[in-house]
Amino acid sequence: MKIEILGTGCSKCNELEEKVKQAVGKSGKFAQVEKVDDLQKIMDYGVMSTPALVIDGEVKSTGKVPSIDEILAFL
Amino acid sequence: MWYELSHDFIFNIIGLQGRLADAVHFFFYDTIKIWFLLLTIIFAVSFLRTWVNTEYVRAHLQGKSSLYGHVGASLFGIITPFCSCSAIPLFLGFIQARIPAGVTFSYLISAPMNNEIAIAMLFGLFGWKVTSIYIGFGLLVAILGGFVIGKMNMEKEILMDIKPIETELEADLVKLSIIERAKEAWDYTYDIFKKIYLYVLLGVGVGAWIHGYIPTDFIARYTGEGNPFSVIIAVIMGIPMYSNAAGVMPLVEVLTSKGMLLGTALSFMMAVTALSLPEALILKKIISLKLIGVFFAIVGSGIIAIGYLFNIIL
Repeated sequence: MKIEILGTGCSKCNELEEKVKQAVGKSGKFAQVEKVDDLQKIMDYGVMSTPALVIDGEVKSTGKVPSIDEILAFL
Repeated sequence: MWYELSHDFIFNIIGLQGRLADAVHFFFYDTIKIWFLLLTIIFAVSFLRTWVNTEYVRAHLQGKSSLYGHVGASLFGIITPFCSCSAIPLFLGFIQARIPAGVTFSYLISAPMNNEIAIAMLFGLFGWKVTSIYIGFGLLVAILGGFVIGKMNMEKEILMDIKPIETELEADLVKLSIIERAKEAWDYTYDIFKKIYLYVLLGVGVGAWIHGYIPTDFIARYTGEGNPFSVIIAVIMGIPMYSNAAGVMPLVEVLTSKGMLLGTALSFMMAVTALSLPEALILKKIISLKLIGVFFAIVGSGIIAIGYLFNIIL
């Protein structure tokens, strides 16, 4: 599974990365977590409010930091 | 009712007297009132916005007429969230959907100016009349400002090459249950409140001190009719204060009650929210300095005009 965190380096993006890592740890699944700050790539996903969470190429949330439980539900 | 209750508490139960009691009462009354209003208004706005996100706004504005675009973008700016850290993807996203740069600017002017914190603070401190004037003229600046920027053919000042989306975007409202919406709204409200409640406390605290101790003619001399440049000075002072809107507004209210002209106060508050230095720095990555300068000049002069207009007619 590939998890991407889209954002241009705001504090909320780091918060989201932290929560995603915790959620992945909790789920016991194997996942590759990657931060994407390339604007062109962010635009390609059609995302306009960061941070956004993308799992296996599918946009799961935009413009907010979901709770760990919500991220677990996405995984 | 809350005014009498808190008055009773300070004067009769604690037993304070004189100027100190006045200042303490003002502080206590205002802080609790504003906290309460902030919580309710932010909750209400974020509840409504669980239906509408920026992706929806973009799809909705795609391919619309110029008039509809400017008015719509400004109105959507009231309800959708805006954080200067999202300014770039938002800007590029609009351009990508072939929404004209002028319409995009209408949105970029309106969204931070009509943010829920500013609206809640204004409502709590000045009442609904001043709040409606602020929103109404804020929309006017956003519509006209975006329109003028659009007419200046600034497209080449956008420094990034964006592939336009050819297809028609679909405008779908966000689907969630009412409970999920309420939960999301509450999370957001709590998050914002945590960030600003201390600024409110501080702002009201300094305001209470001014209220109790600084003589009225001192303030009137510098910010009232005696100073013809007060509006311009107020706008320039407002630019670096964006993040502290919650702390600055209580001060403005006290200054107004002590003789600062309402137009000057309005201009100042609009400058605080609409002209933000951090936002300009972020936008510099994708648009030229020239366009940022034009953006600030147009919005700035609009705000100054509103200030003088109000000082003359009120």
